[in-house]
Amino acid sequence: MLVNNIRELFPALDRKVYGKPLVYLDNAATAQRPTSVIDCQAALQRFSNANIHRAVHALATEATQAYEHARDVVRDFLNAADRSEIVFTSGATASVNLVAYSFGQEFVKEGDEIIVSVAEHHSNIVPWQLLCKRNKAVLKVLDIKENGELDMDSLQNLISQKTKIVAISHISNVLGLVNPVKEIVSICHKNGVPVLIDGAQGVVHEKVDVQDLDCDFYVFSGHKLYAATGTGVLYGKKKWLDQMPPFMSGGEMIQTVSFNDTSFAPSPAKFEAGTQNFNAIPTLVPAIEFASAAETDPAILEFIYNKLTDNERVTLYGKGLQNKVPLFSFAVKGAHHEDLALIMDKMGIALRSGQMCAEPLMDRLGVTGLLRASFAPYNTMQEAEYFVKCLDKAIDMLI
Amino acid sequence: MTLEEKKQQVIEDFSMYEEWLDKYEYLIELGKSLEPFPEEEKTEANLIKGCQSRVWLSSSLDGGRLHFKADSDAIITKGIISLLIDVYSGCTPEEIAADDFGFVAQIGLKDNLSPTRANGLVSMIETIKNIASNG
Repeated sequence: MLVNNIRELFPALDRKVYGKPLVYLDNAATAQRPTSVIDCQAALQRFSNANIHRAVHALATEATQAYEHARDVVRDFLNAADRSEIVFTSGATASVNLVAYSFGQEFVKEGDEIIVSVAEHHSNIVPWQLLCKRNKAVLKVLDIKENGELDMDSLQNLISQKTKIVAISHISNVLGLVNPVKEIVSICHKNGVPVLIDGAQGVVHEKVDVQDLDCDFYVFSGHKLYAATGTGVLYGKKKWLDQMPPFMSGGEMIQTVSFNDTSFAPSPAKFEAGTQNFNAIPTLVPAIEFASAAETDPAILEFIYNKLTDNERVTLYGKGLQNKVPLFSFAVKGAHHEDLALIMDKMGIALRSGQMCAEPLMDRLGVTGLLRASFAPYNTMQEAEYFVKCLDKAIDMLI
Repeated sequence: MTLEEKKQQVIEDFSMYEEWLDKYEYLIELGKSLEPFPEEEKTEANLIKGCQSRVWLSSSLDGGRLHFKADSDAIITKGIISLLIDVYSGCTPEEIAADDFGFVAQIGLKDNLSPTRANGLVSMIETIKNIASNG
């Protein structure tokens, strides 16, 4: 698809901010929505609004079919072995919390260990930290090397007899490097340790095949993949989901309920208590259709990477073009990230500034925050060039 | 100058700039010309919570009038806090406590800064008010 044809699918890209054309480079925080996604959600709300899995009337059937069709599409998208391995949640954060709580309750005991990397998003740290507090377990941290790559040599040493799970991002939301997740899974499995992969950025930039990766859990959010907000996916291997207790309980996740005891439905219903976000989950279908067909211009990745690494005033974090995706976090000597973001905002450029929900990584890098530009298939080379020009101009204003 | 006159002055100064980038240039200049803040006063207690960048504010009471000193690691924020302390330094605690800080909205700062920055501005104003009310 040509980038101009892609742009026509996204109404937000047409707008101006402060009288200037919008250059949206905060895609790693949330992507813009194509018309197909907006229309899908609107149609469900207008014409097919009914609670799913319950009633037998026409609208309920339509809504249920749309919701369950999304499960089939996500199964296919991740190449999961079975549709019961796809659990819908409100987002990647909810998915990690579900596993940390449910898997943790069943399998993590006092003195056990959990491994995360130092480059994780808070959503893949705090749920594990809370689990460790609840169950008196220990959180261990895999470090990164100078260029931002995971320190794979030390992974083996971190794993012990007590390690119960390893939780690692597919792509860090700060460093923008593709982690060797297949290798991580292989090392962990040799030691009998299951792996959760935080794919919030991973599904956006990489083709994911959970059977090929052989990971035990894979989580992502719909809104970073052009779907509506409040949509999330937890992929879990059947053998784990079958053994895990429910996280939340309530309607439609039960088999029978009496005041003596309650038995639960099998996955995925077991993990989808209460009324689900049934007007939004089906937007994963057009979102995945778009995501599967579109790719960010590889020339942009190379252009920005070279411009940022060549610029003496800029320090880019996450080095190595080989594993890099078009997501760039950097610092500017003598200029605060927030000042740069504010000035560039007035030039029409939407960037992210701050700690990016990765405070431990900021500490590790020795910075108080960074500026991030993240590109999507609808971003043009002209926008990339404008970003580089404006960055220089903003730096000149500040120093 | 009275508090009212100082506020009018700021509104006038700002009205000269139509373009946002020019307003920022002005704030950057204000930030750069702010009196140096003593390193030993960059304490946790003087740090204002709720800002994306770090902002420190300290105060002293002299002859019944409050005087403020401030600093930030972000220069635009430093310009904004500089503006606030220029206006409110030399006022009595009663004057500050009774003020509605409405001139901030009049110069457009509250609306046009990012939400996190707007929160930072709110935190700065709250802190100045708290100092005036509680000493």
